Amino acid sequence: MSVVGEQLQPTIFELSRPGRGGGKIPHPPAGALDRIPASARRATPPALPEIAEPEVVRHYVNLSTLNYAVDTGFYPLGSCTMKYNPKLNEWAARLPGFAALHPLAPDAAAQGTLQLLWELEAMLAEISGMTAVTLQPAAGAQGELTGILMVRAYHASRGDLERTEVLVPDSSHGTNPATASMAGFKTITIPSAPDGGVDLDAFRAALGPRTAAIMITNPSTLGLFEARIGELLEATHAVGALAYMDGANLNAILGRFRPGEAGFDVMHINTHKTFSTPHGGGGPGAGPVGVRDALEPFLPGPRVIREADGSFRLERSGERPTSIGRVRSFFGSTGVLVRAYAYLRSHGGTGLREVSDDAVLAANYLKALVGQAYQVPFDRPCMHEFVASAADLKHRTGVRTLDVAKRLIDKGYHPPTIYFPLTVEEAMLIEPTETESLETLDGFAAALIEIAREAETDPELVTSAPHDAPVRRLDEASAARQPNLRWRGMTGSEMPCPD
Amino acid sequence: MPYGPHAAGDRARMLEVVGVDSVDRLFDDIPEALRSGPLRLDPPEPELELSARLQALAGRNLTDLAGFLGAGAYRHWTPAAVDQMLLRSEWYTAYTPYQPEVSQGTLQSIYEYQSLLAELTAMDVVSASHYDGGAATAEAALMTSRATGRKRVLVSRGVHPHYRGTLATYAAGAGLTVEDIPLVAQGPSAGTTDFAALERLLADGIPVAGVVAANPNVLGLLEDMPRVGELAHGAGALFVHVIEPVSLAVLATPGETGADIACGEGQPLGIPLQYGGPYLGIVACRNALVRQIPGRLVGLTRDLDGKRAFVMTMRAREQDIRREKAASNICTNQALLALAAGIYLTAIGPHGLRDVAALGAARASELEAALAAAGAPRIHDGPYLNEFVVRVPDAPRVHARLLELGVLAGIPTADLLPGEPALDDGLLVCATEVTTPAEISRFASALAAELTMAAGLTGGAA
Amino acid sequence: MVPVDLRYTKEHEWVRLDGDEAVVGITAFAADQLGDVVFVELPAVGRALAQHATFGVVESVKAVSDLFTPLGGEVVAINDALAGQPELVNSDPYAGGWMLRLKVADAAQVDGLLDAAAYEQLTSEG
Repeated sequence: MSVVGEQLQPTIFELSRPGRGGGKIPHPPAGALDRIPASARRATPPALPEIAEPEVVRHYVNLSTLNYAVDTGFYPLGSCTMKYNPKLNEWAARLPGFAALHPLAPDAAAQGTLQLLWELEAMLAEISGMTAVTLQPAAGAQGELTGILMVRAYHASRGDLERTEVLVPDSSHGTNPATASMAGFKTITIPSAPDGGVDLDAFRAALGPRTAAIMITNPSTLGLFEARIGELLEATHAVGALAYMDGANLNAILGRFRPGEAGFDVMHINTHKTFSTPHGGGGPGAGPVGVRDALEPFLPGPRVIREADGSFRLERSGERPTSIGRVRSFFGSTGVLVRAYAYLRSHGGTGLREVSDDAVLAANYLKALVGQAYQVPFDRPCMHEFVASAADLKHRTGVRTLDVAKRLIDKGYHPPTIYFPLTVEEAMLIEPTETESLETLDGFAAALIEIAREAETDPELVTSAPHDAPVRRLDEASAARQPNLRWRGMTGSEMPCPD
Repeated sequence: MPYGPHAAGDRARMLEVVGVDSVDRLFDDIPEALRSGPLRLDPPEPELELSARLQALAGRNLTDLAGFLGAGAYRHWTPAAVDQMLLRSEWYTAYTPYQPEVSQGTLQSIYEYQSLLAELTAMDVVSASHYDGGAATAEAALMTSRATGRKRVLVSRGVHPHYRGTLATYAAGAGLTVEDIPLVAQGPSAGTTDFAALERLLADGIPVAGVVAANPNVLGLLEDMPRVGELAHGAGALFVHVIEPVSLAVLATPGETGADIACGEGQPLGIPLQYGGPYLGIVACRNALVRQIPGRLVGLTRDLDGKRAFVMTMRAREQDIRREKAASNICTNQALLALAAGIYLTAIGPHGLRDVAALGAARASELEAALAAAGAPRIHDGPYLNEFVVRVPDAPRVHARLLELGVLAGIPTADLLPGEPALDDGLLVCATEVTTPAEISRFASALAAELTMAAGLTGGAA
Repeated sequence: MVPVDLRYTKEHEWVRLDGDEAVVGITAFAADQLGDVVFVELPAVGRALAQHATFGVVESVKAVSDLFTPLGGEVVAINDALAGQPELVNSDPYAGGWMLRLKVADAAQVDGLLDAAAYEQLTSEG
């Protein structure tokens, strides 16, 4: 069974023939560019392809069928929360009133969007237990940078300039240590304890007057709630450091745990995970950041302000001198935020709690089934995702997690996240989400169990998978050694015809 | 829950398999003292009511005015095929293409985007995308520091103030010093980068990593970019050319101006304005700097059978592998917007793109003449493409007054670039291929009436 | 089997003394652990390195590792061939895949390094 289309496509450059396409834009008046000095002009026209619209459409439709997607099948990619993307949200973001609004439109012309953003900030503050929220960051990683730069500004504002270190558990996403570096901090890696949580003794030993912040993903990337979170937060604050929560796994704890209320000082939220603004094949996302009182003065600008008369406006440049400044142009990824707003309103407070309940139930159910054939390293309830390991299978049969993942493709499923977190051998991080039916979960578990059986009886079948995908495994080494990052074939007869 | 899949009895069956009597048991790891009460949010809203609410909010925005706003975000016409293709959910509901065997659609589309932008900019390497023009400019400046080992960057005040602001924020974390290069205040070069000041900054003894300038600059003026490049290179610094992609159909490319790095905002390539994002950050560079470019890259390779295929490559530069030593923390990028730009460029074609740029220039000429006749001449003498500044006494007040008359009269330059006395009475206005003669005359006649009235009031007072 | 005429570090670099100079690379064990090597970043000739200092980075498709110099000294040559053929680190780690040539600052530092037997012991415990 092939789960995606089979027809590989020529590139758009190969489809190009001089003289095809065009006719969409009225011809400009002759001499329209005469006032541009010759020295400022481009010498040769860009070698862009010339293709008629029917072929353009066929190209992109056929290419799209080579993708596996949430709308084509089960996508249990751990830490990515690949839940269903409601179509209402796509429709809403395209309403002309939202889509055609210029980012520098005067506040009076943007009241609908400003109200939506203001309400969204309030909803996210309630969900996160934080005092205030910025919607500016374009993605989770930019949210992290925003948060850690605020931490830096906070310490600096107190004359506390010796704090140069950020503590990060070894199971964290790579963005955490990369963020600490970008913000000018040194990363101190904290090992995990055998139960999967942060090693409290090692953590306490690393904390000190040089600690600016800790960055904790909770639930952790092992899919476990950090049961010692109270102790971690208390120890952090006792040395004058701040606590950052990576909200990548927020889908497990909606209405169950509010990080700000529990003592975290700052967190980001991935709207493209928890609130189902789609992933878009790698982006766009949005990474709103919530903070408690102490960090509020440092939020990036502009913020949305509600005036006494009920109207809304954007903060003006320089209005709040304590701000860390801008982290991007204009207000933010508003089109993504419209989708998040629609998602939150459609669920409401009770629906969001059900989201987490069902996500956690689905993960525990799947864990029970998958545990029949694979190791499940932590014997306690998981949150919205769990780690399975093919380490035993590998030692017995030579079949690795990578092979299991590729064989899942043949069986019609997207593989889970593999070899992450780094702390578990032959890891598979599996996150089913709350929008998958019982039949889908049963089918996926059966496929994984069948692959384990195939590994015993016919390992070659598994190690050579996938067999039913548009391409087989790729030569990634050559791709990296001699990178070919752009098409260079547009020469001679394929060059655009002159005007 | 509106999108839940469960039938009656499904949850009970799942709980039985898990071996607990209630879903609450699964949350026992949360310390009791730290558990939260119910969320104080409105109840769930059925789709019928929610769609009406969303329509009402969208309707409160005023988007059908005669609009002359630019300054980094531009109203353009987009072929209908672009959004029709983007609505295929195989694109927007897929994740980052970590499993290349089932992601060839996304991977090839990004490779094609990289190739199209390489053609447009005449640069060697284009990254798979960044967040927006601001973050792209900040990342480009950080690249110059990594490549040269120097810690000081010079940025023209002709670079969009939001990009400069973003760069300042990123620089604070990275320990870089960022200094402004002023604009010429008067004379034939007024409004463009002050080269004498740039030469002084480059010669003051503190080594410079990169020099950043934009063409067209934020006032719409064309800059002598090769000159910026010569001065930068003469001091051993790298040259960063901030682009506007549609203009590159006709204006000198970063490849031609000697730029080492190009960056900018891809929104004009088929991406809706949507109040600031999601947009498309463009970063491009010469081959020599490929190891310094942050973010994802897609390359062409072969599969085991020798079939051509695409894959994310040079991955070991990225945060998930290199962690604290990565050049950037970027993970999620703007893949869907890169796809939009790719479809836009393919659908509109090379001649179409040139026509978009030329038609915008023609409409801008008409706008310039109409506003001059209404009493608002250009402030600057230098050439522009489709955006320029006009002198309007008491510009912020006139701007607000015209909004009441249904005209978005550009942007007061006093707001956009505070601290430039020469621009206190300016409005930055823009025309593109969608600007109509009717809109231009509406703007011009409203402005003329307003200026006449203001002159009359002034005269009466005197 | 690891070559007996070389000395080793716990971080899996090898060094071969050649008069008052030394040649440095990574072991076959290290190359295997990394998988297909796709890029090697090496220092500029003329740079002075302290013993055990980081001198570069080796990247495979999905991993990255710092490189540490077994001995202190000044870099007198780097293996330019690795720029075009990083795979030499996998295929010929002890000869064609060499990385650095150093002018050794203090030959006595050699005494602190592992010999072949000790290194073999280390990797077999792995």
